[in-house]
Amino acid sequence: MSLDELKAPVTDFATDWDHTDPAWVHDPYPIWEKLRTSCPVAHTDRYGGAWFPTTHQMVSDVANDTEHFTSRLVVITNNKYPPNAEAPIGGAPPITSDPPFHQFARRVILPAFAPGPVNALEDQVRALCRKHLDTVAGEDAFDAGLRYAQYISPGVISKMLGFPEADEELFRDFVHLVLDLVDLPIHERGPLFVPMAEYFSAQIEDHLAHPRDDLTNYLLHVEFNGERLSMEHVRGTMVLVLVAGIDTTWSAIGSALWHLAHHPSDLARLVAEPELMPVAVEEFLRFYAPVTMARLVKDDFDFYGWPMKKDDWVLLGFPAANRDPEMFSDADTFVIDRALNRHAAFGLGIHRCIGSNLARMELRVALEEFIARFPKFELTDPTAVTWAPGQVRGPRSIPVRVVA
Amino acid sequence: MKVVIDGELCQGQGRCFSIAPSLFGFDDLGDGVVLGDGTLTAETLDLARLAQANCPEHAIFIEESS
Ligand code: HEM
Repeated sequence: MSLDELKAPVTDFATDWDHTDPAWVHDPYPIWEKLRTSCPVAHTDRYGGAWFPTTHQMVSDVANDTEHFTSRLVVITNNKYPPNAEAPIGGAPPITSDPPFHQFARRVILPAFAPGPVNALEDQVRALCRKHLDTVAGEDAFDAGLRYAQYISPGVISKMLGFPEADEELFRDFVHLVLDLVDLPIHERGPLFVPMAEYFSAQIEDHLAHPRDDLTNYLLHVEFNGERLSMEHVRGTMVLVLVAGIDTTWSAIGSALWHLAHHPSDLARLVAEPELMPVAVEEFLRFYAPVTMARLVKDDFDFYGWPMKKDDWVLLGFPAANRDPEMFSDADTFVIDRALNRHAAFGLGIHRCIGSNLARMELRVALEEFIARFPKFELTDPTAVTWAPGQVRGPRSIPVRVVA
Repeated sequence: MKVVIDGELCQGQGRCFSIAPSLFGFDDLGDGVVLGDGTLTAETLDLARLAQANCPEHAIFIEESS
């Protein structure tokens, strides 16, 4: 039996929403728009109780309010109480950490993702993109998701962590488990994590036996006030970097390619005006923001009058905030040269995406290389495009035809 | 006129130094920093305003210098 058969379909998103419902997965924007104008804080009893504020102001308020909301868990599942998720550190610091520990855990990895080190990776990323484009050379039609978009970020992240490139397929499985299979009952979901835990143990052992210059090595050896990080901290941050670095950027690259495949005038403009790319990248990020996060309510608390209870989930919809007309003119229109674009795709406040410089660079380079090779392409079958469910949203299959 | 970044508000979103690299740089942690003393000219004022209007954290301020 598939998951969809187990669950009751959603008939009212204001009182019974589910972010894995097929309608939401396929096209969430009309749903959010309706909630924003009529609600604007939706609730569901699913997952043990969860809220979904839909305005930019409210999303910003939740993201900036670490008094009332904890990041102990940021992916909604049926289990709010896994034993490893003790505040303020959490299972995957810094994303699962609260202040004051959060600041330390963030400080540990920020330097590796600052613009300097990230810019130095650009040539490698470009070479990786070209390598994958070479594999489709000469084909009239191919899947831009499965043959291109999905390969870029795993290649970059495995290199940073110092994991074998050949293991990429495994990483996509791990990500799928953490981010997509969120609706399984606890007793089914738990055991699925064993292979991932074993993989990370093996990598840590290998790095301890054979030290080399990569992020894993740095995490294992870095000292603050004469002390190394705990093994749980090292492992949690490694898992975070792998999971946060792969699906997110892959989804962003995929959405942008999907957009260009059915908006020929935007594609033509980018080909003709390469200098527009950085501005276009921000609009791709706003319009197709792939990442939605979550918080748990710390104690009973009235949020704009909505009675939130201790341990309720709050879905933190950065993608919904990015479509709020209060914040953006023509919010539901993709404007490739949008000059005023205060989007929240990388989050707001203290958890701002640590990988944002890297993600932007990957997105820009992946698009530059793709359109240099294929200045004209289109969707072969719009109905064949499939979207990842859950809190990271992007197209998986993007069948395209090269236009002569 | 002078442009300043409020270091408490800045989270390193990185918009200022990509929009206006002549006015903003970044530190080792990726937070934005104002280059030089931040004094704006008639030519750079609009650029500073554009960066300000794109900062998701509202961390950029343009002040009348005395
Ligand atoms: C387009 C691609 C990406 C998007 C849209 C994105 C989005 C986000 C968002 C919205 C957050 C905030 C989480 C929260 O408030 O709970 C976040 C956090 C984070 N992201 Fe990304 N991300 C992307 C790519 C990456 C990459 C490539 C990495 C690199 C390894 C990465 C690493 C992280 C980390 C470590 C955090 C936690 C920061 C903290 O808690 O202080 N992300 N990301």
